[in-house]
Amino acid sequence: MATTYRTCPVSGLQFEDQAEKLMRWNAVAGVLWLLVGGITALLVILTRWPAIKLLPADQFYLILTAHGIDMLILWILFFEMAVLYFASSTLLRCRLATPKIAWLGFWLMVVGGIMTNVAIFQGESSVMFTSYVPMQAAPHFYLGIILVAVGALLGTAVFFGTLVVAKKDKTYQGSLPLVTFGALTAAIIATFTILAGAGILLPTFFWSVGLIKEIDAQLYRMVWWGLGHSSQQINVAAHVSVWYLTAAVIFGAKPLSEKVSRFAFLLYILFLQLASAHHLLSDPGMSAEWKVLNTSYFMYFAVMASMIHGFTVPGAIEAAQRRKGYTNGLFEWLRKAPWGNPVFSGMFISLVSFGFLGGISGVVLGTEQINMLMHNTFYVPGHFHTTVVTGTTLAFMSITYLLVPVLFRREMILPKLCQIQPYLFGISMSVLGLVMMGAGTLGVSRRHWDMAFSGAPFQYEWPGAAYLMMGLTGIFGVIAVIGGGLWILLVVGSLLFGKKLDGGKVSNQPTPIPPSTQAASAVAHGSDHVGVPGTVVLALLLFVCFVLYYFVNWKYLSEVWLLS
Amino acid sequence: MSAILPPSDRLWWKQPIDKVEWAWIAIAFVWGMVMFVMMIYWHIYGKQNLSNEAYKTTPEMFAAKAEKFIAENTIRTETDQNIPVVKVPAGGDGYLIARLWAWYPILELEKGQTYKIHLSSMDYNHGFSLQPVNINIQVIPGYEHVVKMTPTKAGTYAIVCNEYCGIGHHSMLGRIYVK
Ligand code: HEM
Ligand SMILES: [Cu+2]
Ligand SMILES: [Cu+2]
Repeated sequence: MATTYRTCPVSGLQFEDQAEKLMRWNAVAGVLWLLVGGITALLVILTRWPAIKLLPADQFYLILTAHGIDMLILWILFFEMAVLYFASSTLLRCRLATPKIAWLGFWLMVVGGIMTNVAIFQGESSVMFTSYVPMQAAPHFYLGIILVAVGALLGTAVFFGTLVVAKKDKTYQGSLPLVTFGALTAAIIATFTILAGAGILLPTFFWSVGLIKEIDAQLYRMVWWGLGHSSQQINVAAHVSVWYLTAAVIFGAKPLSEKVSRFAFLLYILFLQLASAHHLLSDPGMSAEWKVLNTSYFMYFAVMASMIHGFTVPGAIEAAQRRKGYTNGLFEWLRKAPWGNPVFSGMFISLVSFGFLGGISGVVLGTEQINMLMHNTFYVPGHFHTTVVTGTTLAFMSITYLLVPVLFRREMILPKLCQIQPYLFGISMSVLGLVMMGAGTLGVSRRHWDMAFSGAPFQYEWPGAAYLMMGLTGIFGVIAVIGGGLWILLVVGSLLFGKKLDGGKVSNQPTPIPPSTQAASAVAHGSDHVGVPGTVVLALLLFVCFVLYYFVNWKYLSEVWLLS
Repeated sequence: MSAILPPSDRLWWKQPIDKVEWAWIAIAFVWGMVMFVMMIYWHIYGKQNLSNEAYKTTPEMFAAKAEKFIAENTIRTETDQNIPVVKVPAGGDGYLIARLWAWYPILELEKGQTYKIHLSSMDYNHGFSLQPVNINIQVIPGYEHVVKMTPTKAGTYAIVCNEYCGIGHHSMLGRIYVK
């Protein structure tokens, strides 16, 4: 099979021709979906801002459905496909298995994405991305999602195939790099997830065209969240891999312990499928035992895995920095980190925001009884904008600052703006998440057009603090949209107008990864252990916040009506 | 050397794990167990646990039971739509219908009494969101959920619908009186 391999002169990364094209097209498609999603975000936020209330109800629900689909499914999935090809073909320096199938997958995702969006904007499919039955969307709404899922499944299959190619062609020796291993866990979870998705979306599609008479509403929610929750686990595995990647590229950081980090990834696979239960904690159809088992035993192992990554990623950075001589005090390693480099600053904000806001709020929300205080309130989107946005999206944004020169061979334009973008987006989005959670704590509903309940037979006045929180939601939401829009502008601007960079040497043979010599690893083994006291302090801080916030919520719960 | 290369030590799984890492893993594990035990503890000693009593039903069956309950216990009507205000017998059963786009009827409860409130939907998913108490329960068509509640304070409470149920979702506001 004739293909070529390019070695990037800056990074030393080696890109196979087909894989490179696929990464570019997937990344660009992802960015375009983010653009659509960002426009919908602005409309959503301007409608939920009580002082503005921009759209009428029907358009609001339509736009919100588009926002969920285009952001959560399309932007994230396209970008993840690029990550998978990078973690396999590029990091293992081998050709991509069956590029034709990868292209087929890509085009299926494109067609599916457009199809679902057409259905939404035609106006008959404002059912939210969860599409709970028996509310019904147009058949091509479901069909489009199914095509996207099949396309993504093909992409994952190509990823697995590429791992096999690398093994067969012996382009590396020993075990997979940690980042590839993380991507592998993401791909394995993706396979499960898409199968659960098929299990629910196919019947729903048949139901929408009249072939099936009825789908049980509770059963739908259960199977749907097998898709909906686990797909968030793909995102976590993917963005944790990106964190490790960033730490490796910027600092030459190596994992504190390969064993621990890999074990933590493995826990994701073992225990996350079942945590879909925490979306059903306030549902009638499930027993308390089932809820407790699935949210604790299973979920807490996955939480443990995230806590481990949350320790080992900054720990690896600290160790690398200390080896370079930044050894003063607890935090010199962190102070002297390249805060002006958006690849690093974005990654670090992503890490902190995901851990402190997304992680803690998620576990509290997922506690069986406490869930009743927050289920379906604005707390829920508040929580996941600090996981899938400041966590996943921001990690993807920051790694793009690396990919534009390396993969697209363009210099980033306007470097000063590139420097502030991660702060602008990361901080405003974190605050947005917080105030959304604040509003939710006061009871404000998610997916709700009018806090004043116009047309209702009764009145209910939300507390003033709730209006304050929603006003802040509006302000920080608009700033976040500006921060996200700036990123799109910088990236697209650089692709079009950035200075062209030298592509580097092209060869028609891959250059295998040189084996690490016995001597080098012996040295590495002996003397280079360094402690990570700064990371320990950060981790303990996280733990204290976690414990306090967790018990505060039990206190809140103890004050409501008695229920049994 | 780094996370993007194969582990430099080919026998990486034999490398010892640092004490600090072990300690953190242990903390994470123990904390997970504490949170697990907390939920069970609350089931035994806590006073806010969502009931598990639920039955399969149909909109027709549920509506029939609710209508019977309303016919027997209505004490007055309110608003220009004449929505019945129904006094739930102390310690007895009350029925609340969720439908597009209303909670029906208005319930009247007494502070400190325990009631079995039956919830179900006639059409789509709805969300029972009791304000300003902030208790939130999913209401699903085809399922009758029997929730035991004891109001702890007198007042007028709102039931907001917090599961999206179509264009009139925002106007789906119900009421509960606690005397
Ligand atoms: C750029 C700034 C963004 C803003 C200002 C924003 C704002 C919002 C708001 C206010 C809601 C809640 C609406 C409601 O429940 O009434 C929402 C929902 C949502 N957002 Fe965002 N968002 C942004 C970016 C993103 C991104 C990047 C993602 C995903 C990667 C995302 C995924 C979602 C999802 C899945 C929902 C739930 C939709 C539903 O309830 O069906 N958002 N967003
Ligand atoms: Cu409703
Ligand atoms: Cu509703």
